[in-house]
Amino acid sequence: MAINNSNVTKKDIVEDIALRTGLTQVDTKVIIESFLSSVVKAMSEGNNIEIRGFGRFKIKERKARKARNPKTGEDVIVKAGIKPVFEASRELKKFLNESSIEEIFSESIESKNEQA
Amino acid sequence: MPNVTKQDLIQEIAKSTGLIRNDIKLVIEQFLSLVGEKLIENKTIELRGFGTFVCKGRKARPARNPRTGEPVFLEERFVPTFKFSSEIKDKINFTDILQAEKTLTQEEVLNSIH
Repeated sequence: MAINNSNVTKKDIVEDIALRTGLTQVDTKVIIESFLSSVVKAMSEGNNIEIRGFGRFKIKERKARKARNPKTGEDVIVKAGIKPVFEASRELKKFLNESSIEEIFSESIESKNEQA
Repeated sequence: MPNVTKQDLIQEIAKSTGLIRNDIKLVIEQFLSLVGEKLIENKTIELRGFGTFVCKGRKARPARNPRTGEPVFLEERFVPTFKFSSEIKDKINFTDILQAEKTLTQEEVLNSIH
């Protein structure tokens, strides 16, 4: 149950954005979906996508390598390929840590108040 | 490798949807900040067919400055991670294979001419 509560779907996000921007949910959904597919399209054309303050969607080339099937111990050759990766920006990383520290502080203050 | 920016994406979305550029910019910016906000609340953002954003905790550990060799202590921290869906991984990998095949056939054509 806790897993369900902590999971946010595209629908939830679209609802939130529509509320904040005053646009319709239909338009918002179209924009978000078009955004995601543009990102995929750009990457499949071999581009990197850089979104300032958020992060980068990058493409990494992987060389062919020998690997092992962990179950059978059999040697397998993994073909060379392209792997998409996401690199979060420094700002996003900082954002997550600053506020979590604040949360911890406010929680400890609240618990102190309760004790008093 | 060419770099695509937010501006480029907005332009492309405007073309494909026919919506106003300002609205698109507003939605995209809200979307990006919402992802951050949800991650702080320790929520997982699952975008079907695209991927999942998760905020993961990292334990505190001693580390070293790779340049100076000076020991540093890294405190407990949170790191945003994103995992691409397998559909997307396949798609990106597949298009590259197709492109590789195309250039090969072009070479073959040239070879056959000479």
